[in-house]
Amino acid sequence: MAHEEPINYYEYLRPNKKYPNVWCSGCGIGVVMGSLIRAIDRIGLDKNDVAVVSGIGCTGRMPVYMDFNTMHTTHGRALAFATGLKISRPKLHVIVVMGDGDAMAIGGNHFLHACRRNIDMTAIVVNNWIYGMTGGQYSPTTPLNARATTAPYGNVEQAMPICEVAAAAGASYVARTTVYHATEMDKFLEAAIRKHGFSVVETVSYCHTTFGRLNKRGGVVDMMRWLKDNSVGQIAAQKLDEEEKAAKIVRGVVCDVEKPEYLDLYQQVIDRAMEAK
Amino acid sequence: MSNNKSIDRTEIRLAGEGGQGMILAGIILGEAAAIYDSKNATQTQSYGPEARGGASRAEVVISNGEIDHPEVINADALVALSQEACDKYAGNVRRDGWIIVDDEKVGRVLASHVKIVRFPIMRMAVEATGKAITTNVVALGVLVGLTNAVSREAIEKAVVKRAPKGTEEMNMKALAAGFEAAQDYIGRG
Amino acid sequence: MDIRFIQGNDAIAWGALAAGCRFFGGYPITPSTEVAELMARELPRHGGKFIQMEDEIASLAAVIGASVGGLKSMTATSGPGFSLMQEHIGYAAMTEVPCVIVNVQRLGPSTGQPTAASQGDVMQARWGTHGDHPIIALCPYTVKQCFDLTVAAFNMSEKYRTPVILLTDEVIGHMREKFEMPDFATVERVERPHIPVPHEWYRPYGDTPSDVPPMANFGDGYRYHITGLFHDDKGYPTQRLDEVDPWIDRVHRKIERNLEDILLWDEDEVEDANTVVVTYGASVRSARHAVKLARAHRAKVGLIAIKTIWPFPVEAVERATAHARRVVVPEMNLGQLALEVERVVGRRKVTRVNIANGEMVTPQMILDAIEGK
Repeated sequence: MAHEEPINYYEYLRPNKKYPNVWCSGCGIGVVMGSLIRAIDRIGLDKNDVAVVSGIGCTGRMPVYMDFNTMHTTHGRALAFATGLKISRPKLHVIVVMGDGDAMAIGGNHFLHACRRNIDMTAIVVNNWIYGMTGGQYSPTTPLNARATTAPYGNVEQAMPICEVAAAAGASYVARTTVYHATEMDKFLEAAIRKHGFSVVETVSYCHTTFGRLNKRGGVVDMMRWLKDNSVGQIAAQKLDEEEKAAKIVRGVVCDVEKPEYLDLYQQVIDRAMEAK
Repeated sequence: MSNNKSIDRTEIRLAGEGGQGMILAGIILGEAAAIYDSKNATQTQSYGPEARGGASRAEVVISNGEIDHPEVINADALVALSQEACDKYAGNVRRDGWIIVDDEKVGRVLASHVKIVRFPIMRMAVEATGKAITTNVVALGVLVGLTNAVSREAIEKAVVKRAPKGTEEMNMKALAAGFEAAQDYIGRG
Repeated sequence: MDIRFIQGNDAIAWGALAAGCRFFGGYPITPSTEVAELMARELPRHGGKFIQMEDEIASLAAVIGASVGGLKSMTATSGPGFSLMQEHIGYAAMTEVPCVIVNVQRLGPSTGQPTAASQGDVMQARWGTHGDHPIIALCPYTVKQCFDLTVAAFNMSEKYRTPVILLTDEVIGHMREKFEMPDFATVERVERPHIPVPHEWYRPYGDTPSDVPPMANFGDGYRYHITGLFHDDKGYPTQRLDEVDPWIDRVHRKIERNLEDILLWDEDEVEDANTVVVTYGASVRSARHAVKLARAHRAKVGLIAIKTIWPFPVEAVERATAHARRVVVPEMNLGQLALEVERVVGRRKVTRVNIANGEMVTPQMILDAIEGK
């Protein structure tokens, strides 16, 4: 169903919003935003029927640039706000964008329960392994031994596997890709938004300004190249032994299952309550 | 002077262990007064975190006028179904007020210048209905029979309304057993 | 006539339903849980939805989200949960999203005593979240007022686009009293206004003559931005002082210029009083009992029962205590509203009557204070 003609991005951006955006030039968040717009355009959603909700952090600033119903909430709680919004307005396609610290640290509890409830929303986690906006502190996805401003001697905490946690907690659709693989991202985001149930897409990105500098990983181009060289598709991953696999970002659909959706189930509550009236 | 009789109020305290139904008894008594006797009533409670056991207390204030302070200040009647409850509240019954205890649960009653009434309330419940769970309703029968805090008609209606479906008759039997005991007591003088 | 003998917590839930509340998000906590239980049972029968969230932070978040989607929304909690909700009370104030937060106060600090009564959250209700913002907090002292003030809370929250706190306590929440259930059709409701302009012209935070810009619901064609950052009239983040200052002024002004509508209190015999008792919530019950007894002994005692605790009814207290030599302030805490009363009437006039162990203030304690004992 791919569009032959290029999409008009301006149709989805806010003309009267003050630009430029807050992100460092070369930031991967812009790639995710572009991909999200393409996915929405491809599905053909009415802009009035789309709500984008975010928390705090660099990724939290994404919604304001886009011409949808947009809500920039508190740190970690975007999914909880979004849950209320979706229940209140079921016709809205609710998309939640979060960073790794936002989604998995302060928002970890809400993330688990949003997956468990399987409410029909899409969560995008832009994973850049660090708290970028506050200047490079270690996050729940910072690799072991990596440097951060709050891990000046190296990080001694284990990284959280976002997709595996989401799948185990009950999400209907879970996929992982990187900002280098923008076409794949378009495909995953489209599938996630179309999914009737809770969907999670982890988009592995980078923060050249903090993580890159602190860990001597070079600039934007170097980090993009690193994502290309250090990620593999699921078929290629099968050929690797466990140790090799652990060193790679494995891209692909982690789970895609059919299960009862929250609002459909709540309709049963309404039916039973009316019967008991 | 805080319980000065310039303010019309009848104060009843129902106390026992959690699970004995004292709070429900308080609610029934309050409903009898407020809904079926068309008076005013307040019901408050205190209870521990346990669903069973622990101390539990319901307080009911009944008045023909407005009720301001909703808790018992100086009880006109105390129903105590445990020794702990009796020890705790017996001292807070007004002169010539009533203390009604289950004499198989409560030994000493540390109070003077009050009318102390002892009945085997739980045993009466088992004898009347076969179920100890109706103890609180027997207690209500005794209480209302002795004090006329609410009308008999009102308490009957309130008990029936709160009784789970199918147990109305059983609960009426329990209530009647309480009233009967009260009347015997009054008859004895 | 539908006469019932119900708890304050039940009356809060019925009041919410009557006010048009159609979403409840909450987390179980004693002594407020009955509100959630009744809403879980009744909302799906009234065309609404109930959800039990994973904590109180999420509860108020969901409530704000649901309100943005167009449903009147409420949560109910007690001390520990109220502490967790503070950040989102600030968010609702900043984003001007109507919502109602019920706090059935229990004894604190910390876990305290879940089943014991308290009025210890008075200052937290005013200043619990960071930053300057106006707030409305209402304190019922009867079961009927639990219903009526919940309706008022919803109406004020819609009228002024502000979070409203219903600050009750364990005594009133769990107390049963005679209550006549009104016909919901007779209950006055404030609904969200129609947006008079097309999308391109809509300013979600624009200056309007009323200082309350009309709120559009997500999904109604007004695609706008909501943020907890300081924002301009379109809702976009701003650091410009000429946009930040007017916002702060407007959100305070929208409350201050409507005090006549917002401030609620009852007065008993203050005209000739040389002693006035000023109190709120469950302590009104003890105080009114004490005042009646004192009056029976010909003491010239009056009472102000404050129902809108925030903003504090400064002028009402000033007027009622103008001729009083003594002002008695009973509270189930160690002196919180007393600070406000002292600010208004002067410290020397005020006699504080405090209890903070889970029990009510007794009428005798208040009588002693009235008599200067």
